[in-house]
Amino acid sequence: MLLRIKDLHASIHGKEILKGVNLEVNKGEVHAIMGPNGTGKSTLASVIAGREVFEVTAGEILYQGKNLQKLAVEERAREGIFLGFQYPVEIPGVSMTNFMRTAVNEIRQYKGLDALSGSDFMKMMEEKKKLVEITSNLTNRSVNEGFSGGEKKKNEIFQMAMLEPTLAILDETDSGLDIDALRIVANGVNKLRRPDNAFVVITHYQRLLDYIVPDFVHVLFEGKIVKSGGKELALELEDKGYDWIKNEQL
Amino acid sequence: MDPILENSITLERMLALYEANRQVLSADDTPILSGIRENAFISLGKLRFPDTKMEAWRHTDLKESLGRGYDYYLHPTKETDIQKVFRCNIPHLDTAIIGQLNGWYVSKDVPLMELGNGIIMGSLAEAKKKYPALIEKYYGQAAHDTEEVFTALNTAFEQDGVFIYVPAGVKSPKPVQMINVIQHPENIFLQSRNLIVVGDDAQLSLVHCDDSYNHQGSFSNIVTEVFLGRNAYLDHYKLQNINNNSTLISSIYFKIESAANLESHYLSLNGGLLRNNIRALFNGPHGNANLYGLYLMDRKQHIDNHVVVDHASPECTSNEIFKGILDENARGVFNGHVLVRRNAAKTDARQTNKNILLTDNARINSEPFLEIYHDDVKCSHGSTTGQLDTEAMFYLRQRGISEESARMLLMFAFADEVVAKIAIPQLRQRIEDMVKKRLQGELRICEQCVLHCSTPEKPLEFRVDVSKI
Repeated sequence: MLLRIKDLHASIHGKEILKGVNLEVNKGEVHAIMGPNGTGKSTLASVIAGREVFEVTAGEILYQGKNLQKLAVEERAREGIFLGFQYPVEIPGVSMTNFMRTAVNEIRQYKGLDALSGSDFMKMMEEKKKLVEITSNLTNRSVNEGFSGGEKKKNEIFQMAMLEPTLAILDETDSGLDIDALRIVANGVNKLRRPDNAFVVITHYQRLLDYIVPDFVHVLFEGKIVKSGGKELALELEDKGYDWIKNEQL
Repeated sequence: MDPILENSITLERMLALYEANRQVLSADDTPILSGIRENAFISLGKLRFPDTKMEAWRHTDLKESLGRGYDYYLHPTKETDIQKVFRCNIPHLDTAIIGQLNGWYVSKDVPLMELGNGIIMGSLAEAKKKYPALIEKYYGQAAHDTEEVFTALNTAFEQDGVFIYVPAGVKSPKPVQMINVIQHPENIFLQSRNLIVVGDDAQLSLVHCDDSYNHQGSFSNIVTEVFLGRNAYLDHYKLQNINNNSTLISSIYFKIESAANLESHYLSLNGGLLRNNIRALFNGPHGNANLYGLYLMDRKQHIDNHVVVDHASPECTSNEIFKGILDENARGVFNGHVLVRRNAAKTDARQTNKNILLTDNARINSEPFLEIYHDDVKCSHGSTTGQLDTEAMFYLRQRGISEESARMLLMFAFADEVVAKIAIPQLRQRIEDMVKKRLQGELRICEQCVLHCSTPEKPLEFRVDVSKI
């Protein structure tokens, strides 16, 4: 098992957001987590990635058998956890090249591999750009600075392609995308799917799941996963709306 | 010859020294210049040395700096081994170099270079003798002797410094680099004076470095007057890299004529106490001044940028961007005064000061001050002080980058807004490297000449190749 979340409780500034989440993800699977706004979807992603502002008050997250709470943010990343941000951060003055080269080489160092040479790295950048259909010149631009909404999301997928994670969590990567950008993002994910990795796709809408077909769909509501099923659950949600879930819970 | 002072610096002592040495001090002066000197002495008698009760010095206390004992000389300090004046080794940076040692122009065999294109550069003392009319036209016309005690002190005592004259219509073919090295076996007090004239339609790129070459204390009171003629262009860099026992009061006065364009950069990388008095006066319409500052301070270092932009003419633009990273117990002051006078219609003045404090003990006092006497103007100012952006930190670390590397990337990115403004590619590259090293703490290892990263044992030399200018 790649990821096992057991009875996870997490708070921010004393307010409990996750109230007992259970989730199991195996290699080769795509899981979709859906749910109304403000139910803890992004919190779950952040807690798995190790954002320090959240406090885990109970439960545990096991990743490849390791207790994640003992690992710092960057250690989790080097172990293969990738978070695609809902709102990618603009970092003026840090070039994409410098950013990615630092990341790739620090991960390689962690794994006991030599740093990539400049030319090998640039070759890798070009390959991955093609993979995610980025035509613009990323290399000399600052991280996300002045990127359109679509470019930012494509850039997340590009970074994912560069870092080749074992577990990728995409937090509302579809939000704010037009249909062309959505297709490109979904294609990127589909090309990166392998038997030895897994995706957790967080989305508010069913739309993305037309392009990234999940093996499992979970509904997160008020800090708990209240319903799980196959891809048909997403269609049912689309049809009946989240009120259906809310009413069921009351 | 012996120093005339081996003591702490007080106003009373300096006034007495002036009276006792009046003849020596004005040896190279014309009667007009001697009059300016004498007037500065009179002003000095009416002024006081700064204390923290004065608004302009509220956050910068000079008591300890002035109180240390210093040697003060009325002649070049011959005992210093001139062989040890260094070579500036910015790779591939082709500049004409003007050297000063302890404030005195070096290379006395060629005290003043007069180039075929009319450019004159070299010793100010020599220029006073050789071009008295030219010096009289500019000298003292921009500096404020009556109001500013260190400027008056400098005018009363200065005996040498650098003179650069670029005649009307001439474009200096390569950057000129002024290097002031401080090296003396005892604590030393020095007061040099620079006069830079960029004529109408003329262009100059000027790199002005202050370096100390040992750990000995120093107190430098340097005044630089800069005149930009109509439609002139000056790209100016002030690199400050002196040891932690050194105090530098650098007062620079720009007088900007109509349609002239000034780019001036203040890169403060090391120093015990640094005070930059920067004064820019628009003396004609359509002038532009961009002033950029970057300061990286740690330990108990102190940096004070005191900037006054005087919009005394209509339709001029000014833009100030000053950014600082303060670590450990470092202290920063930014005081930015924009004055828009009654006649200065359509002024566009912008001012930004941003600071990152890396520890709870680091401090910054940021005081923007807009004084506006015209309605039809665009003025803005902004000041931020904070820690590193936690969202950006998380983003970088989530990609596998260590906390340490992420901090470094963000600090470098913060500095880059100012570094990126450096127009000379080789210099920008060099400053980028230095900023990286400074942020990684590597420059501490070679605390002496942090600019050049060479070994102090190496023989040093000034090289001036006149043929290339």
